[in-house]
Amino acid sequence: MDTTLKINGEERVLQADPRTSLLDALRHHLGLTGSKKGCDHGQCGACTVIVNGRRINSCLTLACMHDGDEITTVEGLGTPEALSPMQQAFVTHDGYQCGYCTPGQICSATAMLEEVAQGWPSHASADLSGGMELTDAEISERMSGNLCRCAAYPNIVDAIRDAAGKGER
Amino acid sequence: MSTARALPHEAALLHVTGAARYVDDIPVPAGCLHLAFGLSPVAHGTIEALDLAAVRAAPGAVMVITPEMLPHENDVSPSAHDEPLLAEHMVHYVGQPLFAVLAESHGAARRAARLGRSEITERPALLDLDAAIAADARFEEGPRVYTKGDAAAALAGAPHRVSGVMEIGGQEHFYLEGQAALALPLDNGDMLIHSSSQHPTEIQHKVAEALGMPMHAVRVEVRRMGGGFGGKESQGNALAVACAVAARLSGRACKMRYDRDDDMIITGKRHDMRIGYDVGFDALGRIEGLSFVHHLRCGWAQDLSLPVADRAMLHADNAYHLEHVRIESHRMRTNTQSATAFRGFGGPQGMLGIERVMDEIAHALGRDPLDVRRANFYADAPVNRMPAPQAEPEASAAPPPPPPSSPPHGHAAERDLASRGAAGAPEVEPGDDREDGGRPEDSDGARREGAGTQTTPYHMPVTDFMLNRLCADLAERADYHGRRARIARWNADNPLLRRGIALTPVKFGISFTLTHLNQAGALVHVYQDGSVQLNHGGTEMGQGLFTKVAQIAAERFGIGMEAIRVTATDTAKVPNTSATAASSGTDLNGMAVLAACETLCGRIAALLAQLHGCPADDVRFAGGEVIAGNVRHSFAEAVQIAYQARVSLSATGFYSTPGIAWDRIAGKGRPFYYFAYGAAVSEVVIDTLTGENRILRCDIVHDAGASLNPALDIGQIEGGYVQGAGWLTTEELVWDDKGRLTTHAPSTYKIPACSDRPPIFNVTLWDEPNPAATIRRSKAVGEPPLMLGISVLMALSDAAASCGPHYPALDAPATPERIRAAVMRARG
Repeated sequence: MDTTLKINGEERVLQADPRTSLLDALRHHLGLTGSKKGCDHGQCGACTVIVNGRRINSCLTLACMHDGDEITTVEGLGTPEALSPMQQAFVTHDGYQCGYCTPGQICSATAMLEEVAQGWPSHASADLSGGMELTDAEISERMSGNLCRCAAYPNIVDAIRDAAGKGER
Repeated sequence: MSTARALPHEAALLHVTGAARYVDDIPVPAGCLHLAFGLSPVAHGTIEALDLAAVRAAPGAVMVITPEMLPHENDVSPSAHDEPLLAEHMVHYVGQPLFAVLAESHGAARRAARLGRSEITERPALLDLDAAIAADARFEEGPRVYTKGDAAAALAGAPHRVSGVMEIGGQEHFYLEGQAALALPLDNGDMLIHSSSQHPTEIQHKVAEALGMPMHAVRVEVRRMGGGFGGKESQGNALAVACAVAARLSGRACKMRYDRDDDMIITGKRHDMRIGYDVGFDALGRIEGLSFVHHLRCGWAQDLSLPVADRAMLHADNAYHLEHVRIESHRMRTNTQSATAFRGFGGPQGMLGIERVMDEIAHALGRDPLDVRRANFYADAPVNRMPAPQAEPEASAAPPPPPPSSPPHGHAAERDLASRGAAGAPEVEPGDDREDGGRPEDSDGARREGAGTQTTPYHMPVTDFMLNRLCADLAERADYHGRRARIARWNADNPLLRRGIALTPVKFGISFTLTHLNQAGALVHVYQDGSVQLNHGGTEMGQGLFTKVAQIAAERFGIGMEAIRVTATDTAKVPNTSATAASSGTDLNGMAVLAACETLCGRIAALLAQLHGCPADDVRFAGGEVIAGNVRHSFAEAVQIAYQARVSLSATGFYSTPGIAWDRIAGKGRPFYYFAYGAAVSEVVIDTLTGENRILRCDIVHDAGASLNPALDIGQIEGGYVQGAGWLTTEELVWDDKGRLTTHAPSTYKIPACSDRPPIFNVTLWDEPNPAATIRRSKAVGEPPLMLGISVLMALSDAAASCGPHYPALDAPATPERIRAAVMRARG
């Protein structure tokens, strides 16, 4: 079936089996291999993309459910010549080792900052009514769905804090 | 200077934009087929029949490969030729590949593979250590035993004595990029393999063997891996061989990528291990005699289990000088996945045994465990003899290795010489008069008074020890004593939550214990525009090896990092490589790269010296220039002059580690070029009602020698600690009574997440040049920090011990259940 996806600002028509996951559509049908397949179960976060402004695990959703949706992958955030602030922060802080989780981390962190800005509480928030500070505990809790087996977590948190404009460390 | 700087990762821009290619991201030719294995549902049995009609008829299925279709060898073992690619007659574990499906898509192949029906007559399966011990199912004819002194007599005469048994769980690698391979058939029957492998030469060897062709017909390329951790030293063989055979049979490109669940069910993991201990000690906790018995669960095939078990024995002393010690190691065969290499390669398990012993001695005597540890440390080497970093270590200083004392045995084509699983040619014992140039100890022989010649249980002198100084520094930085006192007061006031703290040291031996693997090659090209392309035998899996070797080359040529391109590891560029393993990647390949750079600089310098009438030794490469006497050329100009003078601008480099020799049967010799050191203080809190726990703070001081890149080294240290802590706390592997792994996805197997790292995490490099003449006097840093995670287990033990008078005997992994049980044991 045909599905129209607005990917990284560009309309793409996907012709695929309706059971095709968004991740497989990106990687296999649309040639966007930046989003990675770590577990295909929605548990590692390597496939995180941003759909209509919200971060989701692209392996847990079917591409055909996103007709007309705006999808941003790591390729759409920036290019080597023009990095997004989050991408630049990951370079500055070495927020990776093997790099396999990195696209998911960056997409996830980018959308996460927006969630905080909108006052969405997390398990680590002291106040459920919003206005939370982006502490290390907030970042860690909100990023706990993006696994990094190299455990580059200290640098990942530094990068996110930096991108959020709170580079006190 | 390009080294000793925190330069960013060479692929930084690629990683953050999603442009870094892993095997599954490589564009494939039209018609590429995808493979999936059909797996054994039975742990042990005789294959009576396979019904694969439904597999062949499945949508998208193109071909099914069964063992009789294989063109040549049916083996993917790195050691004993005991690991068929596809099971024949017998199955030995749940998850063993029975057949392979080729289909038009990855999904079609997986769906088709599930349709296979096997008729297997079940036989009794040995699933755990108890069953294997009862059946005496083992690798090797009997246990390996290393001895020093007389442990039995020392034990009998000791004033205090405790004994016990510790169970240590295994660990799934969970490299975020699963195993993957892509085979492209070339003309003349040759094969190009892209593999996510730490050991391209091993892949080349096994593919050549499977195709019945010489190794020159197979080229293996590895650009990068999405994590390896040892899990891609031998476990990628099956995928690469299957793809190569499928490409041969189909004439099409073939790709295979394990789904996560399949990956965890099929591939080997860290060895789980049981350590029995019997220790005699004095009133201060100094060990007088110690006996260890190791039982490792090796799984169904030998793989790398023998050297893994050896390394566990080689780290049974950790940082402690033992006069009378006996270590007995049993390598048990079970009907489970074949346990394999994992960061530390048995060292972590062996080390954990003696850390448990220290903890229990301290408990028995009512002393601070740190005092007991210090009382048993090796003596530090004198500080004042540490050499300054050499400007140019002699990259080719290695004397030629001694020839094997007996000719190689077995058929050359079948011998897997480049594998750690290879039975090495007998080593030449190092004599007291060895003349090796790289011997770390200097001739002054000065040691702390009364220390004597301190040797390991395998009779290697320990001459570079530093943990007395390093741990004193760490204890002060971390305020260990002050916090211990505060924790005791806090615990006295808190009946439900309890805190614990521990400082544990690491001494880790650096070198492949199979001595001949300690060699590396490099190939460096300088182009007319002054850009440099370099290649070496090591593989990049996130540890930063490519960045470090590029720094080394940039520094020698005196040019910027942007002028250097490190290309994918390629068996056609540098042959006969060793696995990127044993923490040796930079030590070996960095030296080989430097040797090649020296050759090229020497050629250019000789030419310019002749042209400008100055001594060749005075020609310098710095700041993007080549300076010969009063004349300065840009590096590119110098290169163009050399090119026009018909000077070769391509060179190979080679390095072999000097002065090591090891007899693994006798347990004697010098297996390691040097030791890497470190120590960690962890503080934890446990909930005594539920066993829930977390790390509150971690302080680490780690020895990376004169660090080549502090940012990369600190990353390895932080990551190693967290991975080690995960191994010993949340990462629990569970098999059911049929031998099925029930923890085969991240839903049931818990690796550390961002919120699991300690909220206070202080890492300091012990910045002191390596006494051994390594590349820029740096030290290997890949594996040693994993063992810093042992401090977490010991801190949890400390917290549990605060609950009552008895020793909590906390095993690993310290899941909430085990912590709760340990609390109950402490209370008695």
